[in-house]
Amino acid sequence: MNENRPLWNPYAAGVALGLVLLASFVLTGRGLGASGTFKHVEAAVIHAVEPTWAEENQNIASFFSDPQRSSLNDWIVWLTIGSAVGGAMAVFTGKRFKVETVRGPRARIENRWILAVVGGAISGFAAQLARGCTSGQALTGGAQLSLGSWVFMFAVFGGAYGMAWFVRRQWI
Amino acid sequence: MEGPLSVVLKMSHPTEMMISVVIGIGFGFVLERAGFGRADRLAANFYGRDFRVLRVMFTAIVTAMLGLYVLDLLAILPLSSIGILDTYLLPQIVGGLLLGVGFIVGGYCPGTSVVAAVSGKIDAVLFMLGIAFGSAVFTFGYDTLAPLANAGARGRVLLHDFFHVNSGIVVFAVSLFAVGAFWAVGRIEQLVRARTSARASEHQDEEATEARGAAGLAREGSLP
Repeated sequence: MNENRPLWNPYAAGVALGLVLLASFVLTGRGLGASGTFKHVEAAVIHAVEPTWAEENQNIASFFSDPQRSSLNDWIVWLTIGSAVGGAMAVFTGKRFKVETVRGPRARIENRWILAVVGGAISGFAAQLARGCTSGQALTGGAQLSLGSWVFMFAVFGGAYGMAWFVRRQWI
Repeated sequence: MEGPLSVVLKMSHPTEMMISVVIGIGFGFVLERAGFGRADRLAANFYGRDFRVLRVMFTAIVTAMLGLYVLDLLAILPLSSIGILDTYLLPQIVGGLLLGVGFIVGGYCPGTSVVAAVSGKIDAVLFMLGIAFGSAVFTFGYDTLAPLANAGARGRVLLHDFFHVNSGIVVFAVSLFAVGAFWAVGRIEQLVRARTSARASEHQDEEATEARGAAGLAREGSLP
């Protein structure tokens, strides 16, 4: 009963991920992504509180240009809903679902929670500045051979490796 | 057929959104099976212990790139017909560095945090709240941040345009780069494994010596 379904071989998983991305290009002309959804959600919350302010903010105004359609009715939001469903299907059929806080053997759980929020906040800000995250920029633009996306990808690895030593107690 | 199906078939908005859901299901499923639903496994990439993230990512890029450039060559899906990401060098460098910092500090990136959250990971749910907060900070500070966010705008620049070579050469070079990276990370994993196991056995030796010493003392103490 507790037998987990093993993970895929990384190269096989890579080919599968590449084919999903390619299918996305063929079907809709768009790539994959995730951070855009957080921008839409954040913008919708601001709009619910201060509609005029949101409609005049240059960063999110375009989301509210069509009064007939909800700002959340956007392809990236639907894609993320699908990602959550697909992830859930995989984790339940793989018998890997478990409520827990993932951390290294030396990490304190409270520190891990704080750093998860802090890391998330840095990422949310960064993804907006770079116009995408690991999936929307590095993966999608990487496959397109976009110059900026490749620069972005090396910057992500640089930032993570540069910071890794300082937070090693969280993970190893 | 020329261009994405949604354009060729003039799909309605709801149809296109349903297709996005289906693509998302594939995306989320593969991310979970790739092992991206756990922060410790993602972080291992940055301590040289398990380069699963890099292997999956580079294989995916090469796979999609080969497909994309073959379809372009066959004029089935011209590159000009899909949304190519524009280049903004400075914000992409600064944003990339920060996203890397957020990755190792928080344990996830936006896409993987969604999959980890539905896998029951509390840290991933907190990470997602953080993303929404950081994203809102950017919106609130947009007036100040706009010059940085739009710095170095170059429009659509593909690697072969930048290097003034044929796209086939870049496709080949990127594939070769990926294979080289796979070889290199395999070597690094071996080195790191050898070092950590050497350290662990050293540690065991020390403990064994101490234990022997303690046992010896105990024996001495028990002598009449």
